[in-house]
Amino acid sequence: MGSAASLADVRHLRPVPDSKPPPKLAERAEAKPSIAELERWATVLRLDCVRMLAVAKSGHLDSSLSAADVVAALYYRVLRHDTESPEWPARDRFVLCKGHAAPIQYAALAQHGYFPLEDLMGLRQIGAQLQGHPDMRRTPGVEVSTGSLGQGLSMCVGICLALRLDGLDDAAQVFGLLSDGDCQEGQTWEAATAAVHFGVNNLTAIVDYNHLQTDGTTEDVMDIGDVRAKFEAFGWDAIEIDGHDMQQVIEALERSRTLRRPAAIVAQTKKGKGVSSMEDRFGFHGKPPSPEQAAEALEELTARLDQQTKALQEAGSGDGPGGQA
Amino acid sequence: MAAEAKTEPIATRHAYGDALAELGELHEDVVALDADLAVSTQSIKFGKRFPERFFNVGAAEANMMSIACGLAATGKVPYCSTFAIFAAGRAYDQVRLGIAHNELKIRVGASHGGVSLGEDGASHQMIEDIALMRAMPRMTVVVPADYNQAYRATLESYEREEPMYMRFGRPATPIVYEDIPESLGGGVEVLREGKDISLIATGHMVWRAMEAAESLEHEDGVEAEVLNVSIIKPVHSETILESLSKTGVAVTAEEHRVVGGLADAVRQLAAEQHPVPIFAVGMGDEFGLSGTGEACMEHFGLTARGIADRAREALVLKPIVSRPPLFGPEWT
Repeated sequence: MGSAASLADVRHLRPVPDSKPPPKLAERAEAKPSIAELERWATVLRLDCVRMLAVAKSGHLDSSLSAADVVAALYYRVLRHDTESPEWPARDRFVLCKGHAAPIQYAALAQHGYFPLEDLMGLRQIGAQLQGHPDMRRTPGVEVSTGSLGQGLSMCVGICLALRLDGLDDAAQVFGLLSDGDCQEGQTWEAATAAVHFGVNNLTAIVDYNHLQTDGTTEDVMDIGDVRAKFEAFGWDAIEIDGHDMQQVIEALERSRTLRRPAAIVAQTKKGKGVSSMEDRFGFHGKPPSPEQAAEALEELTARLDQQTKALQEAGSGDGPGGQA
Repeated sequence: MAAEAKTEPIATRHAYGDALAELGELHEDVVALDADLAVSTQSIKFGKRFPERFFNVGAAEANMMSIACGLAATGKVPYCSTFAIFAAGRAYDQVRLGIAHNELKIRVGASHGGVSLGEDGASHQMIEDIALMRAMPRMTVVVPADYNQAYRATLESYEREEPMYMRFGRPATPIVYEDIPESLGGGVEVLREGKDISLIATGHMVWRAMEAAESLEHEDGVEAEVLNVSIIKPVHSETILESLSKTGVAVTAEEHRVVGGLADAVRQLAAEQHPVPIFAVGMGDEFGLSGTGEACMEHFGLTARGIADRAREALVLKPIVSRPPLFGPEWT
């Protein structure tokens, strides 16, 4: 894994059906991070996002922060993936349908070694691999390019259908993370219809319902209402959770894998979660933090990280928390 | 089990359907998608033989293109079929991000291109798809001239890696290639040699250009050279430049707007590397309308006579002295 060229070389080869997890993954499955550890990882990812955006001076920080807990739960516990063999055919897939939250996925990928942590600081800069929105041709670990809202869930359905043709749909779950903006796009509901019609059985759609978009609250701009009920009406299994309650997030994600039908998890979240000056406040979408705001955010998140680290050490959790923060 | 070459008029979309079904036999990773037009696009032939690899998404073209992206990112080779109007127009953004940007091996099989679909009228007559797809980075644009070439183009599409937009037509059209050609080659082929003027045509206009060349010879004693451009992007510069340097004047012919399509491709090439007068036959700044396919073609002057008349105008402007072409880089 490395250059875009090597990625291109392997993309078109037919995957060899192999539902056995590679050995490294089996080892890792033994040590499932606890809820407290996952909460700490979410803080690590949030810190990365603030740093990236402070350096890039461009991007969507608040949209990344609202998704931090779900992304941490996925990458650190739920997803069966392996940095050593990123093209492993039976891996779970993660698609960031809300591509503008790319920083949170980049942070998770870098923390897992898909590329060096230093690369995070090249976000949105000319010649660097981390584009403003995820690019499958440039960034290892990105399954499909996204960024145009509404397309992601359809891409997930396509991945599910291909996995079924390869006999891998029992082994690999596809997780798509949507925004409330995605749910305003008509195509999302075309995909929701198709997923049920085609009998897709390994798809989880998580809606990061943070109620804020570029021009105001979703209620003011274009109210999408009860998203859970909408997915249910389309024939999906649909539940609603607190998207910042790690226990609920984990339970919902792991439950969705067992359902064998399209599953929607509407995660009620707060935009900018974790940084008090931004939390649930309008006016930050697509705006990078000022140096002062970034410094304040880093201070707050670092204090929380120290607290979480200390609590984990006191609880004597195994080898102790890892991760470069 | 290679198909037999056709001799009687037949639509290019039938070649697409026949070759797609054969690709299904040959390659397990080929999948086909359609948006409730499987009979019209002829993807139904694949669908009947390989139902587990055929996905009809209903009237949801955007969804179809993005689903194809997911399939291709997971190792499949999707062929997406619908009318050109929906493939290039309605689903433009999905084709752009999910297919072209990702450099995925996906083929958009766009049938019912141009005004010759007839009765359905302007809402269905796509006359700017070649311009849209030509402008899209990383997208190859293929427009075959008849059934036999369309059959080869579809089979050959599997051997290429790049994203591809392929335009087919609704009406039965005369056969230009006696046999199924062995290859599309560079995508520009001299079908008839001549020294006085180049008639550069694509798709349904190729057989008309051949007829125009006949009438120019009989009525005016003009020897017209006819070129079939089946790959409009990237266009094979050398064959076109060689012809321009020989004849010094050209008429392009396409069932498409004269903006952004074949006319512009040839003019851009000529302007930089061998400036000569180039006249265009195609659609002006107007939409199509209802009528039989042939009546629509007549109405907009997309006929052999239209090409021949344009050639007569062009010949007046033919420069007396020509110079050799520059032969610069290929035009994309």
